[in-house]
Amino acid sequence: MYEIRIHSRGGQGGVTAARLIALAAFRDGKHATATPFYGAERRGAPIVAFARIDENPIRIYSQVMNPDLVVVLDRTLVPVVKVLKGLKPHGTVLVNSGHAVTLDHQRVHHVDLTGIALAEDLVIAGEPVLDTPVLGAIARLGVISLASATSAIAEMFTDPRNVTAAERAYRELVL
Amino acid sequence: MKVIATGNYAVAEAVKQASPAVIAAYPITPQTEIVERIAQFVTHGDFPCDYIPVESEHSAMAACIGAAATGARTFTATSSQGLLYMHELLHWAAGARLPVVMANVNRAVGPPWNVWADHTDALSQRDTGWLQVYAATAQEAYDATLMAFRIAEDWRVLLPVMVNLDGFLLSHTMQDLETVDPGSFIPPLHLPHAIDTGHPAAYAPLTGPKDYYRFRWDMERSMRDARGVIAETEEDFAGRFGRRYGMTSEYRCEDAEVLVIAMGTLAKEAEVAVDRLRVEGTRAGVLRIRWFRPFPKLDLAGREVVVIDRDYSFGFGGVLAHSLCSTARIELYSVIAGLGGQEVTHGDIASFVRERKDGEEHWFGVKDDV
Repeated sequence: MYEIRIHSRGGQGGVTAARLIALAAFRDGKHATATPFYGAERRGAPIVAFARIDENPIRIYSQVMNPDLVVVLDRTLVPVVKVLKGLKPHGTVLVNSGHAVTLDHQRVHHVDLTGIALAEDLVIAGEPVLDTPVLGAIARLGVISLASATSAIAEMFTDPRNVTAAERAYRELVL
Repeated sequence: MKVIATGNYAVAEAVKQASPAVIAAYPITPQTEIVERIAQFVTHGDFPCDYIPVESEHSAMAACIGAAATGARTFTATSSQGLLYMHELLHWAAGARLPVVMANVNRAVGPPWNVWADHTDALSQRDTGWLQVYAATAQEAYDATLMAFRIAEDWRVLLPVMVNLDGFLLSHTMQDLETVDPGSFIPPLHLPHAIDTGHPAAYAPLTGPKDYYRFRWDMERSMRDARGVIAETEEDFAGRFGRRYGMTSEYRCEDAEVLVIAMGTLAKEAEVAVDRLRVEGTRAGVLRIRWFRPFPKLDLAGREVVVIDRDYSFGFGGVLAHSLCSTARIELYSVIAGLGGQEVTHGDIASFVRERKDGEEHWFGVKDDV
């Protein structure tokens, strides 16, 4: 089973990103679940969301404790939340950042999702949309296929710029 | 059609297919998505329906009762405090023999305020005369909702049905769902005692001590008959759509020396714990209670039992544990876990089994020195 934990702030789309990952994995022919962990339910509050992907039906409802992939949509969470907690020994970390990032002496993958969203004019209520571009970056990591990622995005959102942003994040991810 | 959906959306899809004539709706976390989704369906004209946005849960149930009394198929959804606010009318719907179907997204009761999963809301309504079923997957929430209409409306039952799903854990988790075309699976509702203005009659008049008990006995007889109707309905469902259910769901129980008994998502997670325990050499199994009312007849002779209650009856014990004790006459290890969404992993469940002590009660997370 491949397990993903997404850190974001309320309003940034972490919960939607988890749902998009599950939908894309489902389009890839896998079993998948997406679970939000609702805490404060406030804009700006730290939010955690989980996704699981497996060849078999998934029976686990508890939180992801040992993720294979940690996604951080907001770098300002790093000093606040232990984003690397429980990460598997050869686990992957993806951070929304325009420059190289080191977390706990570990080099992580980065892509400027905020920059992509602003360049594509994907802004809702003053917040850049991060949940659709991040799907492209996750596809580049091989977790889901790009075709399924874009089809999942198109299924949930009518604005084609969401797909464009995801394709851009796929290309621009720094491995 | 194979899709991916949350438990809430799964229930809404099933309601669309059952096509109730009247839906009363009042929002409450974590149920709100059910009535929101149905409102979208009704707005888009997906099925004809009088959708009544009421001002409280008490009124939601009152509207369902009024509509159901005319012979209309009815549905509503609620959670926690909303369910408790309906309490008086839950008794009324059952006593008036009205086949209302309701989804209850299980959520803790306040104070302290808490919106997460807990079964105390529904279990505290166990004596109202409603049938209660607990789902463990979005698929099961969908299938149980479809079946609930047919079971409630069967003339051998004519009692309301509550479909329960765990708040957030199931209501908000996206997972695989296969929707079906129910076709003739749910026949049109013909309520034998529907209000008919051509033949006026008095409903629920004052009934004296000489006769009241007869109505109660009739309810109990129907509740007992409901076991057969549930079996028949689930059998027909399996024949048509290929998914088989039962009063209980068993996982690796055949040769099990110790059974984990629970309801809802905890019992699904327990399957993973059982797989691990089997590797360690403990022959464990999961017996998931699906129907809590009517309560299943169980034969637990010769088994050790670990019961997990996501609920509590103060001054007494876990509601499920004591229900099992009184029906199966067994010694068991009672674990109180998952209250108000308390995190319980398959690893924790495996520990409950390893550390079981017959006849004792254990509150998960509570230290001895507290």
